[in-house]
Amino acid sequence: MGTDIVIEQGKAKTNLDVFSATLQDLAEHDRDILVVTSDSRGSGKLAPFGQKYPSQHIEVGIAEQNLVGVAAGLASCGKKVFAVSPACFLTARALEQIKNDVAYSDNPVNLIGISAGVSYGALGSTHHSLHDFAVLRAINNIIIVAPADNFETGQAIKLAAKTDLPVYLRFGKKVMLPLKEINNDEFVFGKGRIITDGKDVAIIATGETVYPSLEAARKLKDQGVNATVVSMHTIKPLDTSLLAELAATCKAVVTVEEHSVNGGLGEACASYLLQHGISKPFKIIGIPDEYTVTGSQQDIFNHYGINEKGIAAVVLELLK
Amino acid sequence: MTEKELTKKSIEYRKNILKYIFYANAGHTGGSLSCIDILNVLYNHTMNVGPENFSSPDRDRYIQSKGHSVEALFVVLADKGFFPEADLNTLCKYKSHYIGHPTRKVKGVEQNTGALGHGLPISVGTALAGKLDNKKYRVFTLLGDGELPEGSNWEAALTAAHYKLDNLCVVIDHNKLQITGTTEEVCNTNPIDAKFESFGWAVKHVDGHNFHELKDAFDSIPFVAGKPNLLIAHTVKGKGISYMENVTKWHHGVPSEKQYEEAVAELDNAMITIPDDF
Repeated sequence: MGTDIVIEQGKAKTNLDVFSATLQDLAEHDRDILVVTSDSRGSGKLAPFGQKYPSQHIEVGIAEQNLVGVAAGLASCGKKVFAVSPACFLTARALEQIKNDVAYSDNPVNLIGISAGVSYGALGSTHHSLHDFAVLRAINNIIIVAPADNFETGQAIKLAAKTDLPVYLRFGKKVMLPLKEINNDEFVFGKGRIITDGKDVAIIATGETVYPSLEAARKLKDQGVNATVVSMHTIKPLDTSLLAELAATCKAVVTVEEHSVNGGLGEACASYLLQHGISKPFKIIGIPDEYTVTGSQQDIFNHYGINEKGIAAVVLELLK
Repeated sequence: MTEKELTKKSIEYRKNILKYIFYANAGHTGGSLSCIDILNVLYNHTMNVGPENFSSPDRDRYIQSKGHSVEALFVVLADKGFFPEADLNTLCKYKSHYIGHPTRKVKGVEQNTGALGHGLPISVGTALAGKLDNKKYRVFTLLGDGELPEGSNWEAALTAAHYKLDNLCVVIDHNKLQITGTTEEVCNTNPIDAKFESFGWAVKHVDGHNFHELKDAFDSIPFVAGKPNLLIAHTVKGKGISYMENVTKWHHGVPSEKQYEEAVAELDNAMITIPDDF
């Protein structure tokens, strides 16, 4: 499998590192930038932030409901708040606070779900967030973002700081190689980023599954299949115009996500296409509705075919 | 405002609460009547907030965690001039902003509440922002005694003490009843004072229908420098209407026309019998 990435391959970092560094840059120039943590400063790589800007770091202890409620109160007073907690706890334990205190109440908190998806690997399902897209998609007034590489993460954090809508941003803790050598793309929430072009199949992926999708596209090219790969970093609002365009021009559409196959990116795309009379061979790759297999993040990806080989195989089957 | 004036106000407020609940055929009657004297003192004596300064970052904040007693809040906000009182004729009607819980679509409402256990964490964030910015505003939060079992209250109580938020004053509308029965039989939270004290709060008790005691308590904030304030206001659910007082079913009971008239008559009588010796 080709998706195990080692840091020696370049200067690539984890998206978490980029998040932490970007936030420090922002905080230096803006006293209203606040980080709120629930004993998550270590997991969030925010210890240096706290040391450098102690008055801009609020610690509430292991209490996620309180984390989001306090963040909402701070945001209502004009603070630019980043509430940071593992995605699993943030979007399940504190879901009612996200729904009521943030989204419904127009308190523009930036909710940062760290170690998202199955990043915690062998720690098991208590620590996985395979539900977050689904539950948050059903809540009005919140932007849902899963940046793929370091470039997207940095851009997303900067954009979140100046967006006056609630934002949920989730990423993992694996070193993420750049999707492009030169990153001069415009980054806007709600606009998918085309990584590579091809007319045979559209592979629409999000977060840490974009890179293996790109690897699959390279493998497919060797077999004469040309794939478009899109980093659909914003799950909501979904870039439906790009989706419709790709579905019209490609022979098949495959979605890939580190999330349950229920209620995530794939079903969002399927719903749009079906309701707009666009019918193409279509497949959702994600974590099936079962007790998730145990193992590392990579083991889990491999088990469910979220890798070069698995994605390529699905594409070839669809194009048969 | 003098205590006599506050007394008159509360009678008017009670009449309006009943009027709009009767018109809407919906509402949380008992709890609105138990907390109205607290709101009266906060809005007419204690807090620096009104339509004229509502967009000022320096205003005092009122956050009603027991959102279901929204009729009390709407009646007071209308009286303060945040919106015309006639708007309340649309209470709970199709497309009205005047719904069964506080929403910021209504001018004067600070936060959308209704799910219990949410007001205190938001208030802690609001008070913390004031401390960070060296502002002088205070945050007043009304909690129902029935919502105390919500764990988020206790999470926020820890944070409030940790950050020494003496600009935060929580008032518990301690009417000792909730939808199912007495708070003691549903889930005993006594002793409330000792629990909060052990969490690092400064606690006072008052008669929640005694204007003198309420004014004095609010005037003495912070009770102890560096500690969040808790005022346990001992109240009567359904206060002011004899047949409603301490009767569980009036939690969200709506009076019939006959009962409504009877209640209005009782309040009218209370108005003409206010003693002169305030």
